[in-house]
Amino acid sequence: MTNTLHRFGSAESFSDDIIVFALPALGKSGQEDALPVLRRFLQIAVEYGPCNMGDARNGGALRSTRFKNFFAHWFKRNKPDFQQVLRTMTKSTTMSVVFDNLPAAQAFIKRIKDEDLGISVNVSTSLANASRCCEYAGLVRHSMNYSLGFGSMGDKLPGQHAVMLSTMCGHGMISHSFAKKMIDFVKEGRRSPEDAAASLQRFCSCGIFNKSRACRILEDARIGASESINS
Amino acid sequence: MKINQDKCIGCGNCTYVCPMGAIFVNPRTGRSTINRDECVECYACYNGLSAENLPPGVARLARKIFSLLALRFEPEPDICPTSAFEPDELVWPRVVRRAFSDPRVPHESTGVLGRGTEEVKTNELTNRIKIGEVGVTIEFGRPGVGARFREIQEMSRALARANVTFEENNPVATLMSNVAAGDIREDILDEKVLSAILEIGIPVHRLEEVIRIVQDVERRISTTVILGVAVRCDENGEDQIVMPILNRLGYDPMRAKTNLGLGRINLRPFSMFEAQPKMGAKPEALSDA
Repeated sequence: MTNTLHRFGSAESFSDDIIVFALPALGKSGQEDALPVLRRFLQIAVEYGPCNMGDARNGGALRSTRFKNFFAHWFKRNKPDFQQVLRTMTKSTTMSVVFDNLPAAQAFIKRIKDEDLGISVNVSTSLANASRCCEYAGLVRHSMNYSLGFGSMGDKLPGQHAVMLSTMCGHGMISHSFAKKMIDFVKEGRRSPEDAAASLQRFCSCGIFNKSRACRILEDARIGASESINS
Repeated sequence: MKINQDKCIGCGNCTYVCPMGAIFVNPRTGRSTINRDECVECYACYNGLSAENLPPGVARLARKIFSLLALRFEPEPDICPTSAFEPDELVWPRVVRRAFSDPRVPHESTGVLGRGTEEVKTNELTNRIKIGEVGVTIEFGRPGVGARFREIQEMSRALARANVTFEENNPVATLMSNVAAGDIREDILDEKVLSAILEIGIPVHRLEEVIRIVQDVERRISTTVILGVAVRCDENGEDQIVMPILNRLGYDPMRAKTNLGLGRINLRPFSMFEAQPKMGAKPEALSDA
């Protein structure tokens, strides 16, 4: 699963994009009943003010809704619900937390180290951010999986801002067309970047979409600011 | 996936959210329709769009009246106003599309949600990638292009000819009829998926050769290819070996997944509801971070 690895953008554009996730080693003795530990991992994360979190099986902190009530349309909320993630986690799987600032991510990782949960924890971000997290927590990196980027794709891809938004769901659930539509809505003044980002976030099925970064990208797209892409 | 034609009002919201662009409003019926050959059964439309329950007849009438007045009925962009999407009963080989496209469906081969394995995410426990080895993930179809197994087979055959061994629990490898030759089952070759990953483990000295094979095949196939290269760090947490090879090949990796090495043989024991989160409390650690 490389869903957090291949995000489109320059190293600078990942400065506010740090994903920390935990998962048990399948089939390993001693790792079988990981749900309470994963729950603890997410409980601790809530204290550090993440911008999203999620359960790979049941979804993120902002999900699509299934309303039966005709009037429910007017009561849809765009706020992430972290308690819903904790309430609905049913099976041991990958649990992810997204931070939009490095100090919070560093403090969270240090706390997780101190708690000694015994579960594998990975951080997916720029190499520089990961280094700073390890340094702060006094950790030595065990392994790394580099993304070699999207460099060879050339003109197979549409506009850069739309790709930056759509690749924030590495499972590909956010389409380029929808990302482009939301950019157009923001440009036309029909939606705020926050509302447009929330619409996109609902499609991410495991809670790794970074709404803060999405708002920044939508703001850049609104004024036509180009992103220096060096992927 | 299918769209209930009695419920659909042709608002067109779903045409934007399909990652494959496989949904269109049929001008003859005025209803959304799915191009089944292009649909990868990812369920983004069904799972991602919020479902509401406007009565279809009322919604169609409102749309017609607005249209006559040169106005537009426009539902929120992330909803299906009449809950028109209905999951289809999938049979072989079409069921393979969903297994590789809907991230909420775990692969039977791996038990992992998603399209690959645990790679180095649990390497401190599994020792899957050792010092002196690299793991290469070759991902097809992302972002938003999709891939057919016939194209993936081009790559798997080229790698097999170079005597590269595929990760045996990888979902694509489990669908090979001849793993040594890189042959994928004939009956799924034309199936399209949102993305799929080939995973291999090789000694470091073969990395350049393998990347050149991948680059060569990539030029011949119509889908997209993204590479990930996994390494085991040295005792200081550094990688002094693989990065220089990647730089020499013209890559300058900026992003990575980093395994922090916190896994232990035994998990810390917890009861399920022990320690409730302190909502809104600012942790002490944040003040000095």
